[in-house]
Amino acid sequence: MATAVQQPSDEPMILLEKVNKWYGDFHVLTDIDLSVKRGERIVICGPSGSGKSTMIRCINRLEEHQAGRIVVDGVELTNDVRKVEAVRRDVGMVFQHFNLFPHLTVLQNLTLAPIWVRKTPKAEAEATAMKYLERVRIPEQAHKYPGQLSGGQQQRVAIARALCINPKVMLFDEPTSALDPEMVAEVLDVMIKLADESNVTMICVTHEMGFARSVADRVIFMDRGQIVEQNTPEEFFSHPQNERTKLFLSQILAH
Amino acid sequence: MSDTAIPTAMPKPIAGPVIWLRANLFANPLNAIMTVLVVWFLVMSLPALLDWLLLDAVFQADSVRECRAAGSGACWAFIGEKHRLILFGLYPYEEQWRPLLVVLLLIAMAGVSCLRRFWTKWLAPMWIATLVVVGILMWGGVLGLSYVENARWGGLPLTMILAFVAIAVAFPLGVLLALGRRSNLPAIRAICTIYIELVRGVPAVSLLFMASVMLPLLLPEGMNIDKLLRAQIALIVYASAYLAEVVRGGLQSLSKGQYEAADALGLTYWQKQRLIILPQALRITIPPLVNTLITVFKDTSLVVIIGLYDLMNAAKASFVDPAWRGSSIEAYVFVSLIYFAFCFFMSKYSQSIEKRLAQSQNR
Repeated sequence: MATAVQQPSDEPMILLEKVNKWYGDFHVLTDIDLSVKRGERIVICGPSGSGKSTMIRCINRLEEHQAGRIVVDGVELTNDVRKVEAVRRDVGMVFQHFNLFPHLTVLQNLTLAPIWVRKTPKAEAEATAMKYLERVRIPEQAHKYPGQLSGGQQQRVAIARALCINPKVMLFDEPTSALDPEMVAEVLDVMIKLADESNVTMICVTHEMGFARSVADRVIFMDRGQIVEQNTPEEFFSHPQNERTKLFLSQILAH
Repeated sequence: MSDTAIPTAMPKPIAGPVIWLRANLFANPLNAIMTVLVVWFLVMSLPALLDWLLLDAVFQADSVRECRAAGSGACWAFIGEKHRLILFGLYPYEEQWRPLLVVLLLIAMAGVSCLRRFWTKWLAPMWIATLVVVGILMWGGVLGLSYVENARWGGLPLTMILAFVAIAVAFPLGVLLALGRRSNLPAIRAICTIYIELVRGVPAVSLLFMASVMLPLLLPEGMNIDKLLRAQIALIVYASAYLAEVVRGGLQSLSKGQYEAADALGLTYWQKQRLIILPQALRITIPPLVNTLITVFKDTSLVVIIGLYDLMNAAKASFVDPAWRGSSIEAYVFVSLIYFAFCFFMSKYSQSIEKRLAQSQNR
């Protein structure tokens, strides 16, 4: 890639070492080791309850891990609030249920973090927000409230909102699972375009295998709290190694 | 196949007084019986009420005996004679323009605060300035105004001051208590929970009584808090606990996703509460919030038990005069109308806010 001229490019963007997490007695993440390079695109798949959402939610500390190390862009996540805030300033997140703020307009949703977290002047924040709204192809909705938009439009606003903080990492937590079928494509298109046009590091939990094929550098399969298998999309889909991976792929690709 | 369906016209709305009556008043047997009963009740009660209030009422008299001789209705002459005692309590008679000005000033400021275009950074300083002016007018002692100790304050200005200050202080305190009760920090959570449960667990009357009798015992020797201030503190304590629980209800109704989205954007705790959580939580809780504010306004009348002459107690004092003994109903009707005017306005105002918020979000 031509854009691979980054400063300390050998240091991983995200590093997870022996990460463990329990919900009560339930061992939700077991010895997770994962190193994500700068600009890498990763798709995580696996059956429900396999811990994939929990894992990416640990990366911006919406969930706390109980053992192991998580380092994001050189900052280790601990109980130190300043470190957590530092990591969150550089990590954008898109949720399954959009989680837009219903009492704010689309534009206000987008400018909130730039104005309050990054202290950007309002006019500049609004100009940036409009730029991203154009990128997700809904600039005309800027002054509407989220409740007036369709699910697909809301998710595109949510992607624009995450991009407005100019993140180094974008986390997508099943971004299309809550959408009506006819709206899945418009959201995936935006995500593919984002992958093509920027060099942001992307980690995406999704079952959209077409998306994984066209965008991912690496596909990770998780089951029962463990990373079972990881490979390039071509190898992953054509020559799955593990029995559980084969079973999972046969189930989701069957129809 | 081409679309050849005949366009069906929207069914014409059927109207007319008979149809309206049938639909709204006589839709079914139970409905008809209720209608007849309500009409019968109105026919029986309204003329009598009207007679008492107006037609048989006496507006000119020098004592309650004259009143009763002149007509069988209400003795409004009593209100004409005693309204200044009821409205201003024992405040020096010649100086009563001062509490009157206070009442008008507070009503004007409340009115201004209701208008959206005055919701600027100047509103809080304006209120502080207003309260300073209120203090100067009520106490005096400066600018050539004679000094009036607050033991002589009474009537409507006292009720309004108690209620306004209680609401103004208890509301932010209640919000903090509600946030504290949901805090991740165990110590803060415990303190807020204990405070709320203790205060909610005792009657307002006993809080006032404790503030009046027990607080001086707890204070060091020689230190003395004014009776009015003690009542004010008790009202703030009482109102804040109830408001906290109302606000907490709103906080709990928000989805976890709102908190997570705010966290993920890197907002700090206070930014998250102020920009995302509270605007939504308070919006949801407008009806119960206003309900609590109305309750607080009326519960100021409980200060009677520690001997303050608020509107209600001043009304009671007004019919002690031997010449007017027996006019209690007129006095109570009079102050009830004043209380009602304030509470009705609060209720209507909250309805208008709800309506406007509903429109602005199209939800």
